[in-house]
Amino acid sequence: MAAETRPKRPIRWHIGIFLAPAVLVYTAIMILPLAGTLQLSLFRNIEQHQIFVGLENFRTLFGDPNWSVGFWNALRNNTWFFIIHMLVQNPIGVMLAALLSSPRLRFAAFYRTAIFVPTILSFVIVGFAWKLILSPLWGVAPHLLDLVGLKSLFTPWLGKEEYALTALSLISVWQFVGIPMMLIYAALLSIPEEVIEAAECDGITGLSQFWKIKLPLILPSIGIISILTFVGNFNAFDLIYTAQGALAGPNYSTDILGTFLYRAFFGFQLQVGDPNMGAAIATMMFLIILGGVCVYLFLVQTRLRRYQF
Amino acid sequence: MTTKLLTALLLGTSILGSAGVAYAEDVTLNIESWRGDDLAIWKDKLIPAFEAKNPGIKVVFAPSAPTEYDAALGAKLAAGSAGDLITCRPFDKSLELFKKGNLTDLSALPGMENFSPVAKAAWQTDDGKASFCVPMASVIHGFIYNKDAFDKLGIKVPQTRDEFFAALDKIKADGTYIPMAMGTKDLWEAATMGYQNIGPNYWKGEDGRAALIKGEQKLTDKGWVAPFEELAKWKSYLGDGFEAQTYPDSQNLFTLGRAAIYPAGSWEIGLFNTQAQFKMGAFPPPVEKAGDTCYISDHTDIGMGLNAASKHADAAKTFLSWVASPDFATIYANALPGFFSLNSSPVKMEDPLAQEFVSWRGKCKSTIRSTYQILSRGTPNLENETWVQSANVINGTVTPEDAAKKLQAGLDSWYKPAK
Repeated sequence: MAAETRPKRPIRWHIGIFLAPAVLVYTAIMILPLAGTLQLSLFRNIEQHQIFVGLENFRTLFGDPNWSVGFWNALRNNTWFFIIHMLVQNPIGVMLAALLSSPRLRFAAFYRTAIFVPTILSFVIVGFAWKLILSPLWGVAPHLLDLVGLKSLFTPWLGKEEYALTALSLISVWQFVGIPMMLIYAALLSIPEEVIEAAECDGITGLSQFWKIKLPLILPSIGIISILTFVGNFNAFDLIYTAQGALAGPNYSTDILGTFLYRAFFGFQLQVGDPNMGAAIATMMFLIILGGVCVYLFLVQTRLRRYQF
Repeated sequence: MTTKLLTALLLGTSILGSAGVAYAEDVTLNIESWRGDDLAIWKDKLIPAFEAKNPGIKVVFAPSAPTEYDAALGAKLAAGSAGDLITCRPFDKSLELFKKGNLTDLSALPGMENFSPVAKAAWQTDDGKASFCVPMASVIHGFIYNKDAFDKLGIKVPQTRDEFFAALDKIKADGTYIPMAMGTKDLWEAATMGYQNIGPNYWKGEDGRAALIKGEQKLTDKGWVAPFEELAKWKSYLGDGFEAQTYPDSQNLFTLGRAAIYPAGSWEIGLFNTQAQFKMGAFPPPVEKAGDTCYISDHTDIGMGLNAASKHADAAKTFLSWVASPDFATIYANALPGFFSLNSSPVKMEDPLAQEFVSWRGKCKSTIRSTYQILSRGTPNLENETWVQSANVINGTVTPEDAAKKLQAGLDSWYKPAK
């Protein structure tokens, strides 16, 4: 009887057909390379043959101090790199967006463009320009500090173990502060007038309006920015490579996972590349990022309240 | 009517043209190289000189970018499209190609007898039985100095270490010049221009290097720690903010006349000659006492080998024999001052600075950089670690003893010398 009442549904081919292009492209350029990397990390080159060794590469990575010290150092540096971005880049981005969305600000479009421009510059230019700016020999930084009588504060930041990573993080912040600014700016603009007017009727204006009305409304955007920062920072490589070279000096103090992976995978100078160990490091990076994104998706995003207008 | 005539004419020329090719049958050899800078020298000087003597063989120099060379060459060799002649990097990269069967054994090539064992070492199997590249050029380390500055301050060219540091003190006290132009930002300057430059005098050149490979000496021995101790003393003679001074910064400091002494490799000569407005001189790494045997780093850098898959192996061998000849050495060394021929027969060079550098071969013993042969095959890589530790020593963040200990520990973790 049930079979009679249920109308016979035709196979819905169109779903598969419409999905196919995206699935095929994504598989070809994302899933296959990723699977290839994971596979590569389980093999080892022994006398010109790829031999399956299980998790042996990972045991080397974590068990052999020659590798593990470098890995933990890179992870620690990478975490610091991320913390600086979260503490400096994103608050400044939010602040700039709040200022830009203020209706009384003149030349808003100019500021917006000017602050966003570094983001579209090449890493090579940014790295080189800042290396020159901070250069103790020809840089403008020592002169500018001299003008205000603070020459004593100048040190060759990029060459000192204790400052180099922080200096580079701040350079990266300078470059990318435009992205959180733009996203938050868009979120602020999409807050409907009625909400703001209602707040004003209740006597909430100025700074308290920002803290109590606008900030809760843009929290989902801040969440997205945090996760973008996280993914971007743990994949970072270019700035360190252009400013400090593949050895991420001085004394590996600016070595992050990206540069560590580069040296292992491609080799450097006399060091011959080891694609299998490189793939093992790439796999760890993938897992770290996956873990971070999962924490965000399951713990943070589900608690963020969404407001539908 | 006209079109028909034209077609006939065209047909005629095409047949004639191909007939011409069929008769002459020139062999064309392609050279793979990373030395794009040398393109003009090859095209205008070296290749015409060879072709004039060997009619029937044409040579094309086809370089790729230095950073892409190894990867591109590997791909071309695998695909069978690589050139007949392959410019060889020293040591392991070329050895690997030989082991894979990409390079031909050239031990019996006429002309190979023109080279000393040290010159050939960079392109030999570990047992020294097979040579697979013709040595082309080496670079020599030493110090280039600003002659005008030395004259003004009344400094004589230092022979011993005491004189060297006395000269540095004098320059520093005067204050006009930065005593020494070197930075630690790029790391390799500290190792290559520092450690490998002054080191051979301490570890006695080839003797120390061979003993290190055999395991008879350790990097923590006196002869290997002492150069670090000297480097640590250099710190106070470097310019302000040397920690962030890059290699081009150092070059500019010196060529602008702001620094008096430049720890150098001879490859700088060409650039310095065109940029510096003052007279320059050079001296080898100072020895401990006057009259001591001096040792210099005369590092083999470029060679040329024969692609095992080449279709014109005989023509290529003719070319390689010419590369091994004094003729080639004379043209090459004069066209590229600072890249010295490894040929045993003396080469006449015009450039005074290059002459000064090469004259040390006569009075000092030559060696190559200690980390290049065999010792940089594992992880951690000894050469890269030497960069990092040399920079640390100069920065003063690590003591010479600790730096040496770290290097030896890293080496011990994978290198077991043959007993």
